Order: sequence, then structure tokens, then C-alpha cells
Amino acid sequence: MAILIFAEHQNGKPNKTAKELASYAAALAEQTGDQTLALGFGITEPGELYQYGIQKVLNVDDARFGTFNAMAYAQALQQAAAQTGANLIITGQSADGMYLTPLLAGLMKAAYVSQVISLPESTDPFTVKRKSFSNKAIATVALKGDVKILNIAKNSFGLKEKAVDGSMETFQPQVDDAVFEDIKSVKVEKATGKVPLGDAEIIVSAGRGLKGPENWGMIEELAEVLGAATACSKPVADMGWRPHTEHVGQTGKQVAPNLYIAIGISGAIQHLAGVNSSKNILVINIDPEAPFFKAADYGVVGDAFEVVPKLIEKLKAFKAEH
Amino acid sequence: MKILLMLSVVPDTTSKINFTDNDTKFDKTGIQFVINPHDEFGLTKAMQLKEKHGGELHVVHVGPQTNESVIRKTLAIGADKAFRIDAEPADSYYTAVQLAEFLKDKDYDLIIAGRESIDYNGNAVHGIVAALTGLRFINAVIGLEINGDEVTVDREIEGGRETLQTKLPLLVGGQKGLVKEEELRIPNMRGIMMARRKPLEVLQPVDAPVMTEYLKFEKPPAKSAVKLVDKDNLDQLIDLLHNEAKVI
Ligand SMILES: Cc1cc2nc3c(=O)[nH]c(=O)nc-3n(C[C@H](O)[C@H](O)[C@H](O)COP(=O)(O)OP(=O)(O)OC[C@H]3O[C@@H](n4cnc5c(N)ncnc54)[C@H](O)[C@@H]3O)c2cc1C
Ligand SMILES: Nc1ncnc2c1ncn2[C@@H]1O[C@H](COP(=O)(O)O)[C@@H](O)[C@H]1O
Repeated sequence: MAILIFAEHQNGKPNKTAKELASYAAALAEQTGDQTLALGFGITEPGELYQYGIQKVLNVDDARFGTFNAMAYAQALQQAAAQTGANLIITGQSADGMYLTPLLAGLMKAAYVSQVISLPESTDPFTVKRKSFSNKAIATVALKGDVKILNIAKNSFGLKEKAVDGSMETFQPQVDDAVFEDIKSVKVEKATGKVPLGDAEIIVSAGRGLKGPENWGMIEELAEVLGAATACSKPVADMGWRPHTEHVGQTGKQVAPNLYIAIGISGAIQHLAGVNSSKNILVINIDPEAPFFKAADYGVVGDAFEVVPKLIEKLKAFKAEH
Repeated sequence: MKILLMLSVVPDTTSKINFTDNDTKFDKTGIQFVINPHDEFGLTKAMQLKEKHGGELHVVHVGPQTNESVIRKTLAIGADKAFRIDAEPADSYYTAVQLAEFLKDKDYDLIIAGRESIDYNGNAVHGIVAALTGLRFINAVIGLEINGDEVTVDREIEGGRETLQTKLPLLVGGQKGLVKEEELRIPNMRGIMMARRKPLEVLQPVDAPVMTEYLKFEKPPAKSAVKLVDKDNLDQLIDLLHNEAKVI
């Protein structure tokens, strides 16, 4: 049997999500003895996939697949699974991963579980743990059926190296031109030179306590010093102080960085739902009674306009030394 | 234009989550159920499209009779007719088969779902329906413009948005951004009165496989108490982040 991952990449090199999925597949294969496979679309430097335990990379080298198309990619994954006998398919919690996975589950009549946070507890029956109720609970779920699909929550498994001698071969899926015609990408707008929220190790997030959009300079500076992404609470996005793509929480993005810094955010239950699987939380708030302190690992009670500039200075000095 | 909203009914966002039967079942006691927030954006979008292009808005929900008050709310906001498929939505695949079956003899131009239900956070039902029916499908939709047969859709991608060109009929998974927060509609008295007379048809489910089973729930491990650092001693904070948390 075999395990197949959907390996996303940037400029031909596997991205962090791909490496995390590879780590997951390799750790599972160690228990089951399965072969580890990856399907990529335009991978030119597969080396890091081998480093994280993928034995064989199937690469689609067909110009039509140059731009992401969910149905075309899902059909390609289905065909790759059929050809290799893969009965477990693993995808990531990226925008593209979350788009194509339910389609793939429907195409393959598979048992599909998203938000997975751990290796299977047992493989017969096949059970995994997943987040549910917006991080307010963890559920153990059994998957039935011949084909199983797991969508792994970001930053939940981590990167674990396990170098193998891998190889890459070309894979040519049979997908109708009509599929590419059905839905066409016409424009992509991306904030350039910024760390994407989903991939960030550190997130600096700010709320209504900052009083107005003109005060975000220090938030961006703090993020820059830390190599962090910026985020915000819902009202901040609703009022247009920050773009919607930065809104985290139950109705925004779910994030799980190593460090989440919340500045001037009260810590409403809907906000916490999107951030409470962060490994560490630092809260800076003027109100010692702010509910966020109950969910925090570290806290500073103080005025953001005083604490943040000081913290930036101290961090700059720290970074210069380390 | 004929529009369908696929409605998911979920616990209110402020709900305390508890479990019964030896932590195997979600405890519904005292829980208030609401329209899934992502579907709420879709409902308002559907109303706006209906007002602009004319046509009809239907709602379909797979779930028990106890959810009818939430279905009525969509009628009070302005949907014209609702269908309830009388079954516990046992899992995403099972639910998707019911909806695909429902769609078989219908001709909706646009089907609006949500990106995910905020209870089980599946991100599943709508995509599986698309695969089962062969409908064009776009997920995480934050913008939708219809011009005759041509449809322009924006979806959220990592750190930005992608604009896609497609055609009707179409199924979308909507989310916040689809309409502005302040445009979100709530029922008024007249709407609530009218909703009582609008049709809510109950349909029987078909046999369908259940592919996943929830065996057990647990609460995430409790956080240990916060370590407070004095605002005049930020060196200590940096030390903790560096040596204890090892994040910088
Ligand atoms: C259905 C629903 C869904 C929702 N989904 C989300 C969601 O996904 N994400 C989300 O974030 N919210 C969500 N909310 C809103 C949520 O309930 C809160 O209203 C929101 O999170 C509050 O944002 P805030 O903390 O920035 O603002 P506030 O609650 O106004 O808090 C501001 C904080 O800043 C502090 N402060 C003030 N001045 C300073 C200063 N000078 N220095 C330091 N601190 C200061 C205050 O003490 C306070 O704690 C949702 C609500 C509903 C009803
Ligand atoms: N029981 C249901 N009845 C009708 N539509 C549903 C149901 N469950 C989910 N959906 C739709 O599918 C979307 C994704 O749901 P989920 O897969 O549960 O995260 C929801 O936002 C709804 O639009």
C-alpha cells in the first residue's frame, strides 16, 4: 500500500506545508510499512521532499497545470492514487489544499477528515484526532472505507527530517481541456514581501485597543523585527483599519503559530477560537482583567503605546546580539 | 435567477461546549442554535442577487425538526421557500449525498454554501456535493459578480485574493467578505410574520453511507496560569521567550 501527499511548492521547491505533510507521511509509514509518495505540479527541486521522507515524487509537467485549478488537480490526485495503489491521501490546510480536498473526497467516495492534529492512534480501525467546535474540543474520529483522506491542520505535526533516497518521475494525468475552461484564473493579488499568515512562525496581532489605523506602524515594525506576519481582530477588519485577509478568529482565519502576540485585543471567545492552538501566546493589554490573559502563556499589563516601542528597542538589541 | 442556500445550523459562537454519554456526544442542553456564520454572509448575498436580477431563493437543510426555527429565520430574512431533509447529518459524506439527491431534479443557477460549519469545521459537505453532482465549484469565496452568463468570483488565497472567471450554474463556498458586515440582514417583524406562511417542505432522506464516526471528545489541555512580566522589565520577557518558550 502507499501514502500519497499533495506537495505544494514555491518556485519549484516544496513549501513548508509540503514538508510538514511529508514528515507526517513518513512517520506514519514507519508504523505501517507503506510507500511514501508525493504528487506535485511543477516541482523542479524535489530534494527536500526526500529529506523529509518521501520515496517517490510524481511530478506533473504539463503547462495546463501551471495555474492551480481545483478540479483538474483533484482529478490528477485521483488518477495518481489509482495508478500507485495509494489508499491514504494527505493534503494540507492551505487555501488550495482546502479547496481541492472535499472535491477529491467526493470523486473518490472517500472517508475524509479535516483539521487533523496527530498521527493515527490506531490504523485498524483507523482513528485520528482532529480539532472541532472551533478549537473548543478535540475529537477522535474513525475513518471507514477503502480510501481515506486527511487534511492536516497547519503547524500541528511539525517538521521532522527523515532522509531517504528518493526519486522523481513525470506523471501525466488525463484531464479534459473543458475542466480548465470551466473556471479560469484571471488575476492574483498578493501582498508582496510579507510573511503569509498561514505559514508564519510568529504572528503580531492587534485589536481595537490601538485606536486607529494610523497606529499600525509600530505593529508592522514589531512584526518586521521578529520576521512575523501581522493579523488583527474582527472589528479592526470590519472598520477597514486592516485588510480582511488579516482577520483571525472563528469567522476569520484559524492560525497556530509558535508565538501569537495579541496587542490591545480583549480576547473574546470568537477571537480565541481562531488562535488558541498557538503554541505560545503573549498578551499585551492595558486592562489586567482582559479575558485574553486567561488564555495566555505570557502577559504584560500596560499601555501598548508605551510597551510596544520599548519592546521593539529591546528586541532590536537582542537580535543584534544573537 | 434561481438561487439555493445550503444551510448549516450550528451552536451560537458564544456557546460553552460540553459532552455527554461518556464524552461521546455533543451536549445540546442549553445551546442556542443559529445560522452558520459563513452561510449568513451567503444568505445576504443571495438576497442582494435576487433583488438585482429577480428570481427566487430557496433554502435546503439536512437536519432534525428542532432546527426548523433556524430555517424559519432564513425565510424571515427573505428566502421564499425551504426544504428540510429529515435526517441527522451523520457525517459530511452522508449529508452531501442527501443534498446531491435533492439537486437531481432541480435547476438552480447558483448554489451558495459556506466555507465550513463552525461546529465540526468540516470544509467538506459543499465540495463533496460538487463532486457528486458535477457542478462547477469555488471555495472560500469573498466576492461574486454576475453579468448575464458570465460570473466573476474572488476567492481567498494565502495572503491575498484570486479572481476567477466562470459560468452558471455554479456552487460556491462563501465566507466573510462576500458581503460587508454592515449589510448583513436580520429578520424584522414583518418578515417574521410572513415567514410563518412560507412553505417549508419536509423530505425523506435516501440511504447513504456514513464514512466517519465520532468516537470521543475531549477538551484541549488547560493552559497553565499566565506568567505576568512587569512592563518596566521587558528584558525578562525577552529572556522567557528566548530561553523558556524558545520562540525567538
Ligand atoms: C458571530 C460572531 C463571530 C465573531 N467572530 C470573530 C472573529 O472571528 N474574530 C474576532 O476577533 N472577533 C470575532 N467576533 C467579535 C468578538 O466578539 C469581539 O467583539 C472582538 O474580538 C473584539 O475585538 P477587540 O478585542 O479588538 O476589541 P475590544 O473588545 O474593544 O477590545 C480592545 C482591547 O484593547 C485593550 N486596550 C485599550 N487600549 C489599550 C492600550 N492603549 N494598550 C493596550 N491595550 C488596550 C482593552 O483593554 C480591550 O481589552 C465575533 C462576534 C460574533 C458575534
Ligand atoms: N446539514 C446540512 N444541510 C445543508 N447544508 C449543509 C449541511 N451541513 C453543511 N452544509 C453546507 O456545507 C457547508 C460546509 O459545511 P461543512 O462541511 O459542515 O463544514 C456549510 O456552510 C453549508 O452551506
